[in-house]
Amino acid sequence: MSNSRILEISVGIFVAVGVAALLVLAVNVSNVSGFSAGKQYTVTANFDNVSGLKARSAVAIAGVTVGRVVSITVDPMTFEAVVEMTIDSSFNEVPVDSSVGIYTAGLLGEKYVGIEPGGAPDFLEEGGVIRLTQSSIVLEKLISQFLFSQSDNDE
Amino acid sequence: MSEADNNLVRIRNLHFSRGHSKIFNGIDIDIPKGKITAIMGPSGTGKTTLLKLIGGQLKPQKGTIHFHGENIPAMKTKKLYEVRKKMGMLFQSGALLTDMSVFDNIAFPMREHTELPEVMIRDMVLMKLQAVGLRGARDLNPSQLSGGMARRVALARAIALDPEMILYDEPFTGQDPISMGVLVQLIRSMNDALELTSVIVSHDIQETLAIADKIYIISQGKIVGHGDPQEMNQSDSPWINQFVHGEADGPVPFHYPARSYKDDMLAGQ
Amino acid sequence: MFDWFAQFGNKTIEFFARLGKEVLLFIQTVLAFVPLLLRPALIVQQLFSIGVRSMLLIIVSGFFVGMVLGLQGYNTLVDFGAEESLGVVVALSLVRELGPVVTALLFAGRAGSALTAEIGLMKATEQLSGLEMMAVNPVERILAPRLLAGIISMPLLAAMFSAVGIFGGYLVGVDLLGVDEGAYWSQMQAKVDFDQDIVNGVIKSVVFGIVTTWIAVYEGYTCVPTSEGVSGATTRTVVYSALVVLGLDFLLTALMLE
Repeated sequence: MSNSRILEISVGIFVAVGVAALLVLAVNVSNVSGFSAGKQYTVTANFDNVSGLKARSAVAIAGVTVGRVVSITVDPMTFEAVVEMTIDSSFNEVPVDSSVGIYTAGLLGEKYVGIEPGGAPDFLEEGGVIRLTQSSIVLEKLISQFLFSQSDNDE
Repeated sequence: MSEADNNLVRIRNLHFSRGHSKIFNGIDIDIPKGKITAIMGPSGTGKTTLLKLIGGQLKPQKGTIHFHGENIPAMKTKKLYEVRKKMGMLFQSGALLTDMSVFDNIAFPMREHTELPEVMIRDMVLMKLQAVGLRGARDLNPSQLSGGMARRVALARAIALDPEMILYDEPFTGQDPISMGVLVQLIRSMNDALELTSVIVSHDIQETLAIADKIYIISQGKIVGHGDPQEMNQSDSPWINQFVHGEADGPVPFHYPARSYKDDMLAGQ
Repeated sequence: MFDWFAQFGNKTIEFFARLGKEVLLFIQTVLAFVPLLLRPALIVQQLFSIGVRSMLLIIVSGFFVGMVLGLQGYNTLVDFGAEESLGVVVALSLVRELGPVVTALLFAGRAGSALTAEIGLMKATEQLSGLEMMAVNPVERILAPRLLAGIISMPLLAAMFSAVGIFGGYLVGVDLLGVDEGAYWSQMQAKVDFDQDIVNGVIKSVVFGIVTTWIAVYEGYTCVPTSEGVSGATTRTVVYSALVVLGLDFLLTALMLE
């Protein structure tokens, strides 16, 4: 009997370690824990250009991640990019006149959505829309603008 | 009682070939209930194959094998497994499961096929082991057993489910005189005490003649003779004579078929 | 000329017959999983000899592979000043590719060859015949529990391999080469996606589990019951498993990347 007991215990340990390893991979290594567990609300914002932003990119206030980009679509009428994002419910007092912009973490880093809080007494709610947006900076455009202004100065 | 009722197994016009070599070419065998029937013949005549055909592990190309009036080759897998519970087979090597003890080997068929409580299985296993005289060896592993002991354990396992028939595949081969004697006595007494039907496949003439009630001799795919041991001993058939008396040359030639000796020797030059 | 055609035709028919036989046997084995669930003791026993006995090998190998990844990754990334991304490199290589693939290859060598040899020897010593004559179907009693245990074990072993490997990469990268600890983990968490990477890795290892265990079990069950037959079957198990795992890995990766 003791023999089969050892067998059962070791198989139990084997399965437990395997499942634990899977959990470590899910929680510690990937971003599954993110914000999917807690309550959250969804807001949208329209941008002229979101170049470089992806689904699952971070949404941050003052550099602290408070949510994730859920989806990016194109409005067929206005040809603007519609960015849908979820924000954790603990940050439910974001003023409605806040502005959003697309920034880069470091020179070559990931794009993320930054929220600059406004001063209105009303707060964003589920399904809310952020009106004030600043688009992603496209490096090529910036460089060509810079070169253009330089050549203007030369004359 | 008519003769048909007396036979547990009836084989008719059995043909079996493996690849291009014909092993059985239309043989008829009757195995009477409650008796020991021996099937004998030189090595390589497919005696073990015959047991596998009776057990349904192989299917013949032609012919019937009736067990209790039902044709084994025509059975569906499920039915076949039901029928096999009524048979026990003693393999030449014993075929004990090497990853369990002697006790568990004998308990194995009971645990697989019955819902008996473990206490009862224990009692039954000890009874079977007592019958083959190895109750003291129950905790050994198959690898610790001698060939003779392994065969006795296998015999205990073959009778675990109280079958109606036991098939013995070369039970005497490679045994020392003492364990040979033990096996001969065991087979005879098991057969009589448990009212079993036994089929022995063997080429050990003296031992087989000593316990068999009926003997069939196979050679080259055919039955060359059958009868009780006395008839065999006194037969004037050259086949039977050669086999029973162990003569080197006769109808079964000493030489494997080849072209003439002279041609072969000259071909090298 | 006709001879050649006849031979070719024969070979083709033979091939399809073998394929059909193998598929039928596979279906029979999988169908036997259902009654097997009533007898968990049989599965536990096989989980022990297949899973538990491979565990140490997998963990040690995973650790070393992770350390090598840490070292190699660092040396490449540091040229671009991107050594902060070491965690991403180590984790993605392990979770997507090396975890499932190397585990499957090691598994074929450790558990697969042992399975083939075990079943082959059972055949050679008439144990399988013996089971049949005891009215016990060897497909249900021998093949099915082993296949199921292999399918359960493989994703668990692959997860262990990856987890230990990421820790090995951490030891080398952070403790030895001085990559920032926060960057190692946070970049990893930002870039490794649960659905895209972890789940796909698990799917791969389940597929590899089915394939390698089946090859092992099938080769053992159909081997020529002699000592050469068993040793040949064992070799084939390892060779076929390796080829099929690497080939399937390419196919699965291509499918998963869409």
